[in-house]
Amino acid sequence: MHLTGNGRCRYPLFPMPTSLAPASIAELTQVAQRVRVHIVNMVFRAQSGHPGGSLSAVELGVSLFWKHLRCDPANPDWPDRDRFILSKGHATPFLYSVLAERGYFSPELLDGFRTLGSPLQGHPSMGAAPGVEMSSGSLGQGLSFAIGHALSGRLDRRDFHCWVMMGDGELNEGQVWEAAMAVPHFGLGDRIIAIVDRNGIQNDGFADTIMRTNPPAMWAGFGWKVIECDGHDMAAVDQALSEAERAEERPRVVVAHTVKGRGVSFMENNPGFHGKAPTTDQLAQALTEIAGGLR
Amino acid sequence: MTAAPPAAATREAYPVALLELVEQGIDVVALDADLSVSTMGYQFGEKHPDRWHTVGVAEANMVGIAAGFAANGKTAFIASFASFLPGRCFDQLRTSVAQPRGGLNVKCVASHGGVTVGEDGMSAQAIEDVALATTLIPFDVIVPADFESARQAIVAVGKTTRPAYVRTGRPKVAALYDSAYRFEIGRAHVLRPGTDVTLIACGILVGIAVEAAAQLAAEGVSARVLDMATIKPIDREAVLAAARETGAIVTAEEHQTHGGLGTAVARVLAETVPTPIAFVGVDRYGTSGKWDQLLGYFELTPARLAAAAREVIARKR
Repeated sequence: MHLTGNGRCRYPLFPMPTSLAPASIAELTQVAQRVRVHIVNMVFRAQSGHPGGSLSAVELGVSLFWKHLRCDPANPDWPDRDRFILSKGHATPFLYSVLAERGYFSPELLDGFRTLGSPLQGHPSMGAAPGVEMSSGSLGQGLSFAIGHALSGRLDRRDFHCWVMMGDGELNEGQVWEAAMAVPHFGLGDRIIAIVDRNGIQNDGFADTIMRTNPPAMWAGFGWKVIECDGHDMAAVDQALSEAERAEERPRVVVAHTVKGRGVSFMENNPGFHGKAPTTDQLAQALTEIAGGLR
Repeated sequence: MTAAPPAAATREAYPVALLELVEQGIDVVALDADLSVSTMGYQFGEKHPDRWHTVGVAEANMVGIAAGFAANGKTAFIASFASFLPGRCFDQLRTSVAQPRGGLNVKCVASHGGVTVGEDGMSAQAIEDVALATTLIPFDVIVPADFESARQAIVAVGKTTRPAYVRTGRPKVAALYDSAYRFEIGRAHVLRPGTDVTLIACGILVGIAVEAAAQLAAEGVSARVLDMATIKPIDREAVLAAARETGAIVTAEEHQTHGGLGTAVARVLAETVPTPIAFVGVDRYGTSGKWDQLLGYFELTPARLAAAAREVIARKR
């Protein structure tokens, strides 16, 4: 076994098939802004959906898909691709927007979100659109699914990473911890990386009042290396994901401290916008604020 | 004349079938959840340690891992007790296995089905697993009657790309079939011809139905016995033929009469040839006892099936 500079190991590297010029922080920030515009437009058009937990995940997703995920949007089923598994399935406005911006499908497809006949259901349906790796929406199942991918990759001598994004409310689900104990047990620290979008709000309200958890301590207790970062500082996110990619025996989890609804003042830190659409006036305000950048 | 094959438990067929599938080039992986000594999955693990994992007491995680394997082209088997699989992981089977891409290639082989698990008592006695499994839309659901049919059923599901649920049992039961038998998914097998009534059974009740038919024959009643191993998709033609040719039906299963074999048969009859039918099953929670004592306790006996047959024949017009 040999380790390479970016932390991959075991088998020779395949080059990343999609050539991307190294993206600057400024460029990634612009992508993130477009993703935010998609998110609020999609939820407004559908008059339903989950804007809060989508807006909190934007920098994480953009940094991942533009700088860390070995992927080829033209060949989404490439067996050696890195997998991005969205376990917090309600964040589809985020997932679909990132996939569209990254070139998996046309952004025009976003217009059909949540409508009859569109492949973009309210929660992800595996394979319905390119890049949608997993059916989710019932929380807590993504890390288990990733273990199956990772063990399969090991059996087939394929070298890829599985990135799993979870919400902090999702950590209430017991299955997360069944999987959390299994990842180090199976020695999958070189294959699975977890991300927790720690936005502090779940469906019924603030996470500390619904079910208080301490994600860093809990993951550490299960044998994971915890990397914390400001989930809206693009440079900090990039640094955290880079650190997470460096192979070591312990699996890594990035606990990203985020703000639910980030980028739209009346949605920020507001449990009311976990799963609610803006009005026409609110949409206009949201788009204006997003255009002004993160404050 | 050859000697009758020895009695064997249907669960014993599981590792035998898995090894057979690997020999035939099927890309099998298998998972257990700390019950591999009972499900017999460990015997596969001894031969193929790279293709077998035990995940600890964590059925939900096991299902998700299997789904991940299947997403990479593997034929993923998972095993546990029928009281836990699907009971402890139904939502995972629905969301991570049944719904993606029309159903991922995951096969559940749930042992210790029904009340004949015995001394462990009611919490271990699965009488709702078949009902749950049949609601998972792409799943085939199979309850084999003896070792040979279980071996062939597990091999058969291993060769499809659909998800499946196969229920096996704990006790050793007499062989009904030898290697000349050919199991097919969705095809019932007539074990005994008959014209007055048809006993449609699955699992351990098939052998009991054969005994009941012998009792009825002594009274001059001609009872057909159908081994309906596949609950879903059910063999509609065999049910229809039984209705048309015998005019009365008894279903028998080691399961509730809600959502199991009887329900599936009744639906076919209701849609085609409404026919007098009686349901023999287990509609109460159990207790400890030896497996054969429990068959008596729950009246899963030849005498009960024969009585049900007489009752249903009396309802013929």
